[in-house]
Amino acid sequence: MSAVDTLSGPSGRQHEQVDTVVVRFCGDSGDGMQLVGTQFTNVSAVFGNDVSTLPDFPAEIRAPAGTIAGVSGFQICFSSQDIFTPGDEVDTLVAMNPAALKSNIADLKRGGTLILNEDSFEKSNLQKAGYDFNPLDDGDTFAAFRVHRVPMTRLTRDSVEGLGLSQREADRCKNFFALGLVYWLYDRDPKPTEQWVSDKFGSMPTVAEANLRALKGGSNYGFSTESFTVHYEVPPARLAPGKYRKITGNEALAMGIAAATKLSNLDLVYSGYPITPASDILHELARFKHFGITTFQAEDEISAMSAAVGAAFGGVMSVTASSGPGICLKGEALGLGVITELPMVVIDVQRGGPSTGLPTKTEQSDLMLVMYGRNGESPLPIVAPATPGDCFWMIQEALRIAVQFMTPVVLLSDGYIANGAEPWLIPAVDELKPIQVDHPQGPNTAEGYQPYLRDERLVRPWAKAGTAGLEHRIGGLEKADVTGNVEYSPTNHQHMSDTRLRKVQGIADFIPDQEVDGPDSGDLLVISWGGTFGSVRTAVRQCQENGKSVAHAHLRYMNPFPKNLESVIQNYEQVLIPELNLGQLSFIIRSRFLVDAVSLNKIQGKPFKIREITAKINEVLVN
Amino acid sequence: MSSLLPQLTAKDFASDQEVRWCPRCGDYSILAQMKKILPELGIPREKFCFVSGIGCSSRFPYYMNTYGFHSIHGRAPAVATGFKLSQPDMQVWVITGDGDALSIGGNHLMHAIRRNIDINIVLFNNQIYGLTKGQYSPTSPRGSKTKSTPYGSVDNPLNPLSVAIGCEATFVARAVDVDIKHLAEILRRTADHKGTSFLEVYQDCNVFNSGAFYYASKKGEKEDNIMYLEHGRPLIFGRSRDKGVRLNAHGRPEVVDLKTGISEDDLLFHDEKAEDPSLAFLLAQMKYPEFPEPLGVFRNVKRPVYDEVVRHQVTAAREELGDGKLDALFNSGDTWTVEE
Repeated sequence: MSAVDTLSGPSGRQHEQVDTVVVRFCGDSGDGMQLVGTQFTNVSAVFGNDVSTLPDFPAEIRAPAGTIAGVSGFQICFSSQDIFTPGDEVDTLVAMNPAALKSNIADLKRGGTLILNEDSFEKSNLQKAGYDFNPLDDGDTFAAFRVHRVPMTRLTRDSVEGLGLSQREADRCKNFFALGLVYWLYDRDPKPTEQWVSDKFGSMPTVAEANLRALKGGSNYGFSTESFTVHYEVPPARLAPGKYRKITGNEALAMGIAAATKLSNLDLVYSGYPITPASDILHELARFKHFGITTFQAEDEISAMSAAVGAAFGGVMSVTASSGPGICLKGEALGLGVITELPMVVIDVQRGGPSTGLPTKTEQSDLMLVMYGRNGESPLPIVAPATPGDCFWMIQEALRIAVQFMTPVVLLSDGYIANGAEPWLIPAVDELKPIQVDHPQGPNTAEGYQPYLRDERLVRPWAKAGTAGLEHRIGGLEKADVTGNVEYSPTNHQHMSDTRLRKVQGIADFIPDQEVDGPDSGDLLVISWGGTFGSVRTAVRQCQENGKSVAHAHLRYMNPFPKNLESVIQNYEQVLIPELNLGQLSFIIRSRFLVDAVSLNKIQGKPFKIREITAKINEVLVN
Repeated sequence: MSSLLPQLTAKDFASDQEVRWCPRCGDYSILAQMKKILPELGIPREKFCFVSGIGCSSRFPYYMNTYGFHSIHGRAPAVATGFKLSQPDMQVWVITGDGDALSIGGNHLMHAIRRNIDINIVLFNNQIYGLTKGQYSPTSPRGSKTKSTPYGSVDNPLNPLSVAIGCEATFVARAVDVDIKHLAEILRRTADHKGTSFLEVYQDCNVFNSGAFYYASKKGEKEDNIMYLEHGRPLIFGRSRDKGVRLNAHGRPEVVDLKTGISEDDLLFHDEKAEDPSLAFLLAQMKYPEFPEPLGVFRNVKRPVYDEVVRHQVTAAREELGDGKLDALFNSGDTWTVEE
C-alpha cells in the first residue's frame, strides 16, 4: 500500500490517501468469505477503482469447521491505478478464526493490518488449527503487524439483538460485521451491498435486517473505537471512459456465448456435466434461454462431448465445457469432431491435476492434453484468454474459427481467470463482429451434395440437417475427400491427415499478428499465455522501468501460433517462458522454433507473484 | 400421408453405398424392413437421421439415404440427444448392438431412456461381438464358449428389455430379424411413439453365433417358443393356439393347456398401456425354453417428452422475457461510468 497523501478525516483521525490496497478475507468455508469478498469487489468497482480478485476456497463444501483444510479466502486488490493482478502481498488481513490466521499470516506484509475475530480464539478452535498456544497471547506472532482484536461474534450478536434470531442465525451475520468494519476502514460506500442484501433476502425481512445491522455494526465499530487510528481512501482509477461492470471469467464466457449466438443468427446448444471450476458457465447459460440457448446437463462428460458433436451435425452453434478430468473423458468424442470436421467449442477451465488433483486451484497444465491428447493425428485450433474480461472476446473468436473453418476449437481458461473478477468496459453491441455462417441451400455439384468438397481454405461445407437434397452420412471412419464415403486406402489417409493439418495451420493467415509490449528487439522476450498475463505484464513493465531491455509477448492463439511469432522471437537474445505447469508451452516453443528458451515453472495451485517473475527476469539477464 | 409429398418408396431410402454385411446376416432383413416402412410415415426423407455407434449394426446409417452419423462406440444415444436438441423436428433413429448399447454405452442408453427424449432406439441383439470377431457380449448366455471365454463365460447376461423397463422406458418392444411382417409392424409402432422407443431385435450373426435365435425364428419350431403380444388380448401361443399363460397363486406366470378346460378368460391379458411396469417386466422375464418368449410391444405409455419440454422452456422464456437483448444482458447488475 503506497501512501499518496495524508489528510485529517471527518472523525478527526488520520485520513490517508493511498493508490493500491490488497485486502484478504479469510475464515471457515461456512463463514461466507466468498460472499463478502464479492461484495467488497462490487462496491470498489462501482466506486470506480480498478479491481482484481483471487478467490481461494477448499474443494470440500464443508470441511470440518475450524480446521486448516476448511479455510476459505478471498483476496481483492483495488486501486486508483491500472492494475493487472490481485497483488503479491496483503495489506489488510481479516481472519475469522485461528485456522484462517495460521494459513494466511505468511502473506500479510510487514506493517500490515491484521483484524481478528477474538471470540474465535478459544481452546477447541486453537486445537483444530494446530496451535499449541494462543497466538493472541504471544507477542512474537504479531510483532510485525498492526493488530486489531475485535470480539466480532459478541458484537454481531449485540447488533442483531431483538430480532428474535437464534444464536446460530445471529452468528451467521458476522461476515457482514467484518465487511462493515473493512468498508469503514477504506471509506467504501456500502449502498450496493445494502441493495444486494435487500434484493437477496427480500422474502426474509428478518434475515435482511440482521445482515444490514451487522454491516452497520461493523462500520460503527470502526468509527467509534480508538483502535483504528488511520482510515484510508483509494480514489477512483483513471480507467478508459465508458460504462463498466464487474465480470468474472466464467460470466464473461457465458455472455460471450450469448453474444456469439446472436451474432451468428443461429441457436446454440450447450452441453455440460457439473465440474469445478466450469459449472458456473452452465448455471449462467441456463438462464439465457431467451437468447435461443438450450442447455443440456448430460449424464457424463463423454455424453456432453458426444451431444456437442451431435448438435454440430444438426447445424447449430455447439459448446461444451469442463476441466481437466472431464477433458480426458471428452477426448474420444472430440476426435470424432476432428475427423468429421464439425464446428464446436470445448472450454477447458484448467485446474490442478493429474486426476482429481486440486479441483479449486488454478493451473495451466492441460496445454499438452488439448494439443496432443487424442489418438491419431488430430490437430485442432486452441485459443487462451488472458483475463476474465478477455474470455468474452476469445469465446466469440473460438466460435468464429469453429464455424468458419469447420473444426472443433478448444478454449483454455483456468481457475484463476474463471473465478477472478475485474472491471469490464461494456462493449457497444453494434461494434461486435458478426459471425458469418453459410449453410448451403442446395447440392454443391451436379452429382449431388458432396460433404467434403473443400473451398480454397480447405474448409468443407456445413449442411444444416433437415435441408432437402443435402442428405449425407458422416462418421468416425476415415473418409474419402469430396464424397465423404468410407475410404481406407493408404494414399487417401495420408491426403486426409495432411489436409486436416494444413487446414488448421492455415488459420494462422486469419488471426492477428503477435503483439509485443516493450521494445521490438532486445535482451529478453518473456512469453506467456492464459491467466498469467497480469503478473507477467506487471513484472515486465517493472523491469522496463528499471531500465532492462525486456519485452512481453502474451499468446492468446496457441494453435496455430500467430504467423510472425518466430520472427518476433528471433529479435531477442533470450526467451523466458513462465508457466503454471512444468514447462508445456516451453516444450512446444523449443521444439517448434529451435530456441533455447528458459522456463519458470510454478505448480502450487496459485498464480505467480509479480516478484517471482521479476526475480527470474533479473536472474536470466545477469547470466 | 400428406398428398403434397412425393410418393417415396423403399428405393428412395437406399444410399449409393454397397452393403457390406456378411452374407445372410440378419442385418439385411432389418435394413429392408426399415426402408419399407419409412416411406409410409409421411415424413420427407431429409427429416430422418440415423445415428449409430460402433459394431456391425452401426454401419446401418451408411446404407440409408437420409442424414446419418456413424459415431463412436456406445455414444450413439448421446450424439442423437445433442442432434435431437438441435433439430427437434427431425425423426431420429439410433441403431445399436448388444455390446454397443449395453456394455460400453450402458450409461448413455439408461439416461436417454430416463429422459424420454424422442428418439427410436433399435438394438440388434446377436449375443456376440461380431465386428471384433467373436468375443462374448453382455447378452451372451452364461457358459458361452467364445474366443475370449474358451472355458465358458462366467457372468450373467443382461436382458435388454429388463434394462429398458427398469429405466421406465415409455415404449418397449421386441421383434425377430427374419419375421419380417411382424418386424415391419413393430418398426412402424416404434416410429410412431413420442418419447424414447426401445426395440430389441433378435438378430442372427451367422458367422460367430449362428442359430442363437433359431428357436424363435425357424418356421415349424418357433410357434411353440414365441408368443405375439396384443394389447387387451389374452396371452395365447402355440402352433394350434392352444396354449396360454396365466398367473398362478403366487403371482408367477405359468403355461397352461387350453384343451384342459381352462378358458381364455382365465389367462393373463396383455396391457401395454399399464402405467405400472410390473407386467411388462414380468413378460420380459419369460425366457425360452421355460416359457414362450413374448414378441411385440411390451409397454407403450405417455410421459412428458424431454425435447418437447426443453423446447417449450426456450419458447416460454422468449415469450416472457422477449427475445434476448445483448445490451440488456451486458448492462445487468451493478454498473458504473467513468467520465472523460
